[in-house]
Amino acid sequence: MRYERPQTIEDATALMAGAEANAFVLAGGTDLLVRMQSDAFEADLIVDIKAISGFDAITQTEDGFVIGAAVPSAALSEDAALVAAWPGVVEAANLIGSTQIQGRCTIVGNLCNASPAADSVPALVAADARAQIAGPAGTREVAIADVPTGPGKVSLSKGEIIEAVLLPKPEPRTADAYLRFIPRTEMDIAVVGAAVNLSLGDDGTISAARVALGAVAPKVLLVEEAAEALIGSNLDEAALEALAVACSNASNPIDDKRGTVEYRKEVAGVLARRAAQTAYARAGEN
Amino acid sequence: MSFDATFQNKRFNSVGTRPLRPDGIDKVTGRARYGADFNMPGQLVARVLRSPHAHARIKGIDTSKAEAVKGVKAIVTAADMPDLTDGDEALFAILDNCMAREKAMYDGHAVAAVAAIDESSAKAALKLIKVDYEVLPHVVDVDAAMMADAPVLNDTIFTQGVEPAPSKPSNVANRSEFGHGDVDAGFAKADIIVERSYKTEQAHQGYIEPHACVASCNADGTADLWVCTQGHFVYRQNCADLLGLEASKLRVTSSEIGGGFGGKTHVWAEPVALALSRKAGRPVKLIMSREEVFRASGPTSATSIDVKIGATKDGKITAAEATLRYTSGPYPDMWAELGAMTAFAPYDLENVKTVGFEVVVNRPKVAAYRAPSAPMAAFAAESAVDELAKEIGMDPVDFRIANVAKEGTRSSYGPVYGPIGIGPTLDAAKAHPHMSAPLGPNQGRGMACGFWFNFGGQTCTDLNISADGTVTIAVGTVDVGGSRASLSLIVAEELGIEYSDVKAVIADTSTLGYNDMTDGSRGTFSTSMATISAARNAIEVMRQRAAIMWDIPLEHIYWEDGHAKAAGSKHGNRAPLSVKDIAAEAGNTGGPIAGHSELVADGAGVSFATHICDIEVDSETGSSRVVRYTVIQDAGKAVHPAYVEGQYQGGAAQGIGWALNEEYIYGDDGRLQNPGFLDYRIPVCSDLPMIDTQILEIPNPNHPYGVRGVGETSIVPPLAAIANAVSNAVGLRMSHIPLSPPRILAALNAAKT
Repeated sequence: MRYERPQTIEDATALMAGAEANAFVLAGGTDLLVRMQSDAFEADLIVDIKAISGFDAITQTEDGFVIGAAVPSAALSEDAALVAAWPGVVEAANLIGSTQIQGRCTIVGNLCNASPAADSVPALVAADARAQIAGPAGTREVAIADVPTGPGKVSLSKGEIIEAVLLPKPEPRTADAYLRFIPRTEMDIAVVGAAVNLSLGDDGTISAARVALGAVAPKVLLVEEAAEALIGSNLDEAALEALAVACSNASNPIDDKRGTVEYRKEVAGVLARRAAQTAYARAGEN
Repeated sequence: MSFDATFQNKRFNSVGTRPLRPDGIDKVTGRARYGADFNMPGQLVARVLRSPHAHARIKGIDTSKAEAVKGVKAIVTAADMPDLTDGDEALFAILDNCMAREKAMYDGHAVAAVAAIDESSAKAALKLIKVDYEVLPHVVDVDAAMMADAPVLNDTIFTQGVEPAPSKPSNVANRSEFGHGDVDAGFAKADIIVERSYKTEQAHQGYIEPHACVASCNADGTADLWVCTQGHFVYRQNCADLLGLEASKLRVTSSEIGGGFGGKTHVWAEPVALALSRKAGRPVKLIMSREEVFRASGPTSATSIDVKIGATKDGKITAAEATLRYTSGPYPDMWAELGAMTAFAPYDLENVKTVGFEVVVNRPKVAAYRAPSAPMAAFAAESAVDELAKEIGMDPVDFRIANVAKEGTRSSYGPVYGPIGIGPTLDAAKAHPHMSAPLGPNQGRGMACGFWFNFGGQTCTDLNISADGTVTIAVGTVDVGGSRASLSLIVAEELGIEYSDVKAVIADTSTLGYNDMTDGSRGTFSTSMATISAARNAIEVMRQRAAIMWDIPLEHIYWEDGHAKAAGSKHGNRAPLSVKDIAAEAGNTGGPIAGHSELVADGAGVSFATHICDIEVDSETGSSRVVRYTVIQDAGKAVHPAYVEGQYQGGAAQGIGWALNEEYIYGDDGRLQNPGFLDYRIPVCSDLPMIDTQILEIPNPNHPYGVRGVGETSIVPPLAAIANAVSNAVGLRMSHIPLSPPRILAALNAAKT
């Protein structure tokens, strides 16, 4: 196995592009290093991207925030402007694993690991975040929801590396929230995750909304019907009920060791309701 | 010399204090040596190939390609471990479990093992071993395994304990029955009867340290084994029997232990490591991965239990009956029998009957887990008792007090009780502030009782006094919960010296006589008895030395407060001699001073506990949290109260995990779906409240200090206490452990429709 620690993104993408097989990008390593313990896992090349300039930075721009691919989750919660703008994204990133894990893990890693249960991904989708991708043919941007294509699979081409996550500048009176269900209090994987991002109009009604679910389908779901249930409402009981029904109906989970189909569908609605209430309260304070 | 173990009520100086444990600093600084921390020159790395099938005939194993891998030094299969068990079925089960012979009986069953110069060679070789399997139908569920059309695991198993003996083989290995009186007559007198069926899923002990050992078979016919175990003398015997070694030529050293809870009372990989070492001619280190630990070691039984209890309107139980079905893995054992014995042990019952069925299934061989079998039986019995109290309209504590066993009660499993602690634990529960504290919204309170037999057994101990007057105590019971601290306190107490002047060590099998393993809550009970005896023997030697030093008759010297004193006015002006004074002169008065003891510690004294817990349930997600928990248990005498409390808390914590989330989940293919701590959910710190404890001390009449074992009983009540609390919180009777969120939500939804 070869370990490389390039200083530039060009070198990093060239290494990945030139690898024959079993090449992996290493940032926090909280997924990769665990997988490397398994008998079935084989790695020929590890490209550590932590030394690349700017990859460890959160930058506020006119358009919003640029979060480098090597920024650990814990650093997100220490950026006051980011916390104020996107509290749901930050709380999602800080539910991953445990306090120790959050000191190393990154939201880009969470995205590229492509687990249907990834915590930060529904929050990023609800926030309408985009991924900035560097590759041998230059850079491109895609919606976060288009990065994972199924369990463990991503839409990146050979040699491509996600450089950063781009979060937009939120509209006035906008807030997000993320909730996930786990049987334990930490050190666990989401059985269901729900993220809600909403904006309030001048009269306090919801003018825009995005609702995303995790762990209820092969990949993260953006639930349009759920957003429609919220828009135009004051988050009254009828809107909440319509939201919950839309989320339950949109869920297409499997029975597995972490939960049953019926359980996940029902709890998707419950968590969406609760996340919407939190986002609504936060938006009202903005 | 025979030792009088009768309880003597005395005032203590050291016993009952809370000094730091002698092994503590090494453990928190990482210097303590666990199973994987021992190394030998030239040692090889071992890896085990395991069956991916729940049930399969092994038609052939081709190791030729694997043997050709560079660095591979030995490969063993069942052919390298011939059957030397000579008709001993229990020993054969151990052999077959260590290395599958004709059939793989469960997902994870060892079929071959490799020793190589490094991990990557061993891993490469594993992939090249070709096993020709004929996959057979399998069964993992206890009730399904008892059905007439279930695949039969072993066609030599004919149910024992039934008349007439069955003519067809089945998965039911044995039927046992306990009780007295006439339950039918008792139920006829009942005003109210509760009858319900319960299930519990299979749980693992969840010790943090995986099994690990280093084995070395030497050219001269001797062998060494360094291993993480609860009983190195038992491991020595098992390994010697299976490999055809003489016990005295196999020296077994126990390492520090990162948890065992019964799971390290059985050999798994150790005979395989020895077989590899014998074949390779080099030492072999074998460490099981976490996945291997889950798939192939440990677990307790999964159960299916029916309970029927009747009582009069004024709260007297007239009859109690239970049928208990326990899985034992692929080999017959006596787990249901233990469940049948313990189910109704807390109560004074006129009519009681329990029947246990041992059921073989395609799951790993069941191992002891902390009061093995009792938690599931208590879950079923105590759930029914709670429901009955509710039906009658009595407070659950009062109802239990009205039916509680006491001194002179004939127990449901046979013996008549001596002085026991169940009544006092219930009285303490009734008076405890927890019992009357207000509950918050969505919260429920539950309580339950638990019983465990406790065990004594064979113990051998050496006590040596150094020339400077400090003392070493060498014991053969592995310290799993702080016994070195407790035994040091006891030496300090007996000799009248400082705790810090005593060093307790766990001796290996070549330096001390046989000791039973640390199980049955026997560690401190039995070894303290031997230690007291050894210390008193040493005192006898010191009296003799004082007689030489003073040149006065032995009978004029008595021992008091850590000193030899001259009796009577004739010698009364002599300054008493301390242990240090006498030790300093030992070279001139007859040589080193030592005390030795070997005994069978009888009369362990049964143990009881009552637990109280408050649970909050989120009725929309089925999630539950333990918000308050109290353990009340009889310790006889708490030698080191902090470590007694630790045992109470540890048992409760494990019980909480088992009750709420821990379970073996099998796929339709019979493969274990969750062999890791991510999806086999033991509680993490933030899942648990501070677990409050109350130590009661009802002296055990059969121990000089009144000590009873405390290690196991604390895991018996939690399943029931939590199920009762959840049932009270949601207003529904929950009868399937674990009470995982999907199970609770499904029950709530079912009740709505």
